[in-house]
Amino acid sequence: MLRFIVRRLVQMVGVLIVLSLLLFLWLRSLPGGTVSAILGERATPASRAAMEAQFGLDQPVWVQYAKFVGRVLQGNFGPSTAVLPGRDALDIFLQRLPATIELSLFALAIAVALGIPLGYFAARRKETFLDNASVVGSLIGVAVPVFFLGFLLQRVFAIELGWLPVSGRQSTGLDATRITGFFVLDGILTREWDAAWDSFKHLILPAVTLATIPFAVVFRITRASVLEVLDEDYIRTAESKGLTARIIRGRHILRNAMLPVTTTIGLQVGALLAGAVLTETVFGFAGVGDALATAFRLRDYAVLQVLILAAAGIYVIVNLLVDIMYAVIDPRVRTR
Amino acid sequence: MSPTTTADPTPTDQTNVADRDKARRWREGGSEPLLRVRDLRVTFQRQGQEPFEAVQGVSFDVHPGQTVGLVGESGCGKSVTSLAIMGLLPQRGNKVTGTVDYEGTNLLDLSDQQMRDKRGKDIAMVFQDPLSSLNPVVPIGLQVTEVLERHRGMSRKAATPVARELLDRVGIPDPDRRLKDYPHQLSGGMRQRALIAIALACQPRLLIADEPTTALDVTIQAQILALLKELVEESGTALVMITHDLGVVAGLCDEVNVLYGGRIVERGDRHDLFAQPRHPYTHGLLASIPRLDAPRGQRLTPIPGSVSDNLPWTSACAFAPRCSQPIEVCTQKMPELEEHHQRALRCFNPVEATR
Repeated sequence: MLRFIVRRLVQMVGVLIVLSLLLFLWLRSLPGGTVSAILGERATPASRAAMEAQFGLDQPVWVQYAKFVGRVLQGNFGPSTAVLPGRDALDIFLQRLPATIELSLFALAIAVALGIPLGYFAARRKETFLDNASVVGSLIGVAVPVFFLGFLLQRVFAIELGWLPVSGRQSTGLDATRITGFFVLDGILTREWDAAWDSFKHLILPAVTLATIPFAVVFRITRASVLEVLDEDYIRTAESKGLTARIIRGRHILRNAMLPVTTTIGLQVGALLAGAVLTETVFGFAGVGDALATAFRLRDYAVLQVLILAAAGIYVIVNLLVDIMYAVIDPRVRTR
Repeated sequence: MSPTTTADPTPTDQTNVADRDKARRWREGGSEPLLRVRDLRVTFQRQGQEPFEAVQGVSFDVHPGQTVGLVGESGCGKSVTSLAIMGLLPQRGNKVTGTVDYEGTNLLDLSDQQMRDKRGKDIAMVFQDPLSSLNPVVPIGLQVTEVLERHRGMSRKAATPVARELLDRVGIPDPDRRLKDYPHQLSGGMRQRALIAIALACQPRLLIADEPTTALDVTIQAQILALLKELVEESGTALVMITHDLGVVAGLCDEVNVLYGGRIVERGDRHDLFAQPRHPYTHGLLASIPRLDAPRGQRLTPIPGSVSDNLPWTSACAFAPRCSQPIEVCTQKMPELEEHHQRALRCFNPVEATR
């Protein structure tokens, strides 16, 4: 098991090295560029050259890459040029990460809390109204564009009804203490209940928006998986033992049906943490996805490099955790 | 004892007399039947398809401690019969009629909850494929103790030594370790032993075994059958043995019902039936068993055709197209199951009695 984990981590380093090179070349081949993005139309050849020299962009790409790698090995990803000019790019990422984690976990909680029970009941009542309705519902969940749903929810619940805030992570004017950067958690830790509640309300709409796709995926996988397990001989054995419906559901159906669902949830965590660009942009939620959109628009290479490499790293690590978890819950994998 | 297909299905004379006495006692009303199945019918109705009657009026008795065989080839309705008795057929898409009397209660009338209270406690079942019949992610021990917890009201802690005892009794070596093992860590024979331990955990009065040895290799088959026989005799449990293997029947059953196309075509105690098969189907089944003492190079004698050649029972004898000695009436109306001399036979032109 330990050898397996070490091997995967070594693989991850390889992935990151290759990705960093591709990313470096790809970013610099994009039309426009840092300097045009900052100076805009008023750029003169002289001011362009001066700024290119300032950021080292006048050197050949391979020299830039070598310098980049040298800096990164010392933990320095370079200064941001546009998102927060002058700030260390890594700092920007670390400062944005808690918001994204908070949002992702909340969205995932919604997706799992609804997707698994609904998937189970849809499978048990296959081809009934409940089943058909939830299958169609989950299809809509996947099919409706995130930005459309986001604007719709904003319009109805924030603007028309005024129940929830339109955007942001916390109301301005709330002088909340920051400890972890997870605003809800901070509010609870400092017993600033109004701040916690306020942050929670800010989370609801973006989290619901973000949850639609993982919900649909978890629902469908659960339904398909339960249907498959229901046909298994061991379920008939469990019934022949006269066990209660509760034990058959928990111990015999769900414990088996959850195996593929676990993998799916893990992959969704990876995807969510890598940045919910659209959702965060719509709701002005200052997380990684929002930073990614800004950095891309303003060609902030340093920030983009950190964010994309971090997303890849997170993805690989989450996948590794899923594999480990799989071994924990499936004895057949464990003893192999 | 070698209850495999290569064995001679006719039992030896030594056991003959005692067994016959036992069989006669049951028939002559020495005891009330434990299970009385009457006119059991199971119809599958799938959307957009003709309804299909898989079991077409099956009746038989099982007395306490008796072993009754239901024999026939694939698709004859034997497994469906057992699932109908257990109430394990899917709730949608099928219709079950008739009566399944268990100690005076018609099981078909019971609610889902009442049936749950009976299953595993009064009537238990052993299935065909021991690997797929055990839950792969639950340790063997828990799969045994959960029945005890359910029906005997025991705590997990109190049930564990009982489970250990059960595994020991079915001949699983090192039961303490096996309690913690998962099904994939056991061999095929061991898994079937575990399934038997589960079925017998609450000392049911009736055990239904649906082809319990089919998925096992031949040497293990013999062991499992010997074990079943021993356990059933020891505890006085009645056994319904469902099989396509006449070798199994010869080694185990007191009475044999031969099924064809969802109906019983012949019934008798195993000695009479094996010595004097009257129905051409039973006769064909016995004749098709390969014999070790047959001369080298002698061809096997199969029953021609397949189940798909069947005629509908309502207008003919279903077996007529495959029969070795059909007569005109066989394709014109259905033969009735007629009882005489403690045998039952559904045939217009039975095989001649040789004695």
